[in-house]
Amino acid sequence: MKTLLDCHKACMVKVIKLNAKDDLKQRLISFGIMKESLIEVLEHAPAKSTIEIRVGKMRIALRAQEAKLIEVEKI
Amino acid sequence: MNEIDPKACPVVAKHIKVALVGQPNVGKSMLINSVSNAHLHVGNFSGVTVDKTEVLFDYKDYHFTVVDLPGTYAFTDYTIEERVTHNYLIGQEYDLIINVLDSTNLEKNLQLTSELLTMNKKLIVALNMSDEADNEGININSEYMSELLGIRCVKVSAVTKMGIEELIDGVISTYEEEKTDSKLIFSEAVEEEAAKIVDYLSKHKHEASNSYRNIAINLLKNNKNTYARLHDDPIWTELQPILINASKHIELHHNSDDIKEAFAEEYASFNRGIVAEVVEQKVQEEKVSLTDRIDGLLIHSFWGIPIFLFFMWGLFQLTFEIGAIPMDYIDMFFAWLGETIGSTISNEDMRSLVVDGIIAGVGAVILFVPNIIILFIGIALLESTGYMSRVAFLLDGFFHKFGLHGQSFIPLVTGFGCSIPAYMSARILKNDRDRLLTLFIIGFMSCGARLPVYVLFAGAFFSPEMAGNVLFAIYISGAMLGLLAAKLLKLTAFKGVDEPFVMEMPKYRLPSLKLVYHTVLTKTMMYLKKAGTFIAAASMLIWFLSNYPHNTALEESFTSKIENAQSEDERVTQENLLAEALLEQSYLGTIGKFSEPIFTPLGFDWKMSVALQTGLAAKEVVVSTLGVLYALGGDVDEENKSLVNAISKNISFASAVAFIVVIMIYLPCLAASIVFTREAGHIKYFFYLFMFTSITAYIMAFLAYNITKMIV
Repeated sequence: MKTLLDCHKACMVKVIKLNAKDDLKQRLISFGIMKESLIEVLEHAPAKSTIEIRVGKMRIALRAQEAKLIEVEKI
Repeated sequence: MNEIDPKACPVVAKHIKVALVGQPNVGKSMLINSVSNAHLHVGNFSGVTVDKTEVLFDYKDYHFTVVDLPGTYAFTDYTIEERVTHNYLIGQEYDLIINVLDSTNLEKNLQLTSELLTMNKKLIVALNMSDEADNEGININSEYMSELLGIRCVKVSAVTKMGIEELIDGVISTYEEEKTDSKLIFSEAVEEEAAKIVDYLSKHKHEASNSYRNIAINLLKNNKNTYARLHDDPIWTELQPILINASKHIELHHNSDDIKEAFAEEYASFNRGIVAEVVEQKVQEEKVSLTDRIDGLLIHSFWGIPIFLFFMWGLFQLTFEIGAIPMDYIDMFFAWLGETIGSTISNEDMRSLVVDGIIAGVGAVILFVPNIIILFIGIALLESTGYMSRVAFLLDGFFHKFGLHGQSFIPLVTGFGCSIPAYMSARILKNDRDRLLTLFIIGFMSCGARLPVYVLFAGAFFSPEMAGNVLFAIYISGAMLGLLAAKLLKLTAFKGVDEPFVMEMPKYRLPSLKLVYHTVLTKTMMYLKKAGTFIAAASMLIWFLSNYPHNTALEESFTSKIENAQSEDERVTQENLLAEALLEQSYLGTIGKFSEPIFTPLGFDWKMSVALQTGLAAKEVVVSTLGVLYALGGDVDEENKSLVNAISKNISFASAVAFIVVIMIYLPCLAASIVFTREAGHIKYFFYLFMFTSITAYIMAFLAYNITKMIV
């Protein structure tokens, strides 16, 4: 199983599943992170504690713990 | 009957109450600005409109009330702000909704729109930032979009004021017309199940204000309010099995066990369909956007933080360096004003009240207006360019170690300007524990009102070249202390699981000069207003307390000494001794002397003790108190009148350091304390804050005093 956290910079992936709990899942969905959506990893903060991704035209910052909950596959 | 002008009369005139809704960063506040010319504060990070703001204006024959609601990504209660919006939309009376969209990111913005479509309210869509969309080669066919959605869609630009009139006209037409049903279309599975429910409802002639179709959709997507409304109806027993079957069918269709997720997918595919139909994107060669390039530098994993620190350092350098230029003139002006006005007043007591009380006190505060303006400009730029979110991104990992949330950065940085908006912007934090923790340490971020005290002391003890660095060091060490305090609180009082960090990083935007100007102007005027009213009154009170009761015996005993003085020097010395003695036996002196033992271990004389106590009302009062106290007592030498000199003469370096430490840590002003209590939700938190800050301040100042004494 590959998660968003395992992705390198500038890598394009597709979301397969969200393993987040209800609240967080709703939040991710409202940011456009849901099944089938495409994510590009843009930048890692120092020590990979936070990552910046792009979904559609929106840039989103996520903490490592949250990125780990997003199952993805490479496209 | 009396004749009534229909527009002027609030009863007869036509009122349109509009709820302004949109995702964060779509330019809602800016739009309301161009519609009504109101001076709202607009920022480029989530959380500017922390509470709803009402704006009133007239257009044609209508009175408009526009309620600007906090930005919300979806119809959820994730943060307090979203709860404010959600509760308003479902619970309050209003005529229609303006949904503001960012034209450059239509698909994401439509998520909220498609949820609004199932509400029983009239809706109009404002496609904002049309000018930006044009530049990016995005063309939206708004007529076709109106047709597809079944609601009016108007292209507008808050920046260029394009389409604003069309939008208001659209609002009026929508208001006057019958509500039309939206044309939201779902997948076959949902449509099939919705039809079943609609059939059932019409068969039983269910009475409802919303359309059957909307009720059906809301039931299917587990809308709590719709459920609550139907739950007590007798038809519920029959409706329930239908719903259970329907949910199973839809979940099966989506291969998911979460109906909300299934509906999110439904909405997303509807939105994709709309976007595919109405948006024409001119093919642009794959060029790296400006935001990409700036981000490559500013959030670089190595250079990001040093660059940020450099910006902050630069800001404090500018605050001191440029702020110092007009200070001499302001100082000279008040000295001149004091002399000129003083010479026209014959009554000795009145003269002293006006010159030593009001002018000295207010003048001491106004002196720092240039510094305040520069600091506010810096913070306004940080907010409006979108850099603030980047810093939150950079610092989250670091903050997290101290138990704070990356988004705490936004209220904390706002705290450098003023604690009051900072307390309010802490609402962007979802979790109550995180929010309380942030509220508790906002005070450690020195607000603009403390700046005068720092500038005064830095100027008194350091050369001008060093003073800017000292200022930066004070702010940074305050922030560091805040982080340590956060860690301490997180380990003790606010234990708990960490909240997720998911945050939008808005596009970089050039700050609008007009907006920065308005923000800074409003804040500066507030500062000046405070100086003219509150501070002037406080100065008078302090003057009174420090001049009374009169002690004629003491005065007489010195009169002969002064008259018999052999030399000019001795006369001045005796005069100073008299002033000092008079001050000590005044009411203020008594209070100061009474509390002096508490502050002696920190190296404070009674004047400093009094200044700290008056500072509980407002931090500016610290400076004005010192101004009054030192203008009256001690140094009356003509050429050496300035407060800076008085301080460097009368206060030891170690005491000054300890004094700064207390100012840095102890309770913010009265107004901020009230807002804190309101935001924290209970008066007990205020007492916790009071205890926590006072004890910390005392211990830290004690350490600072003794360590400095050992070194120097």
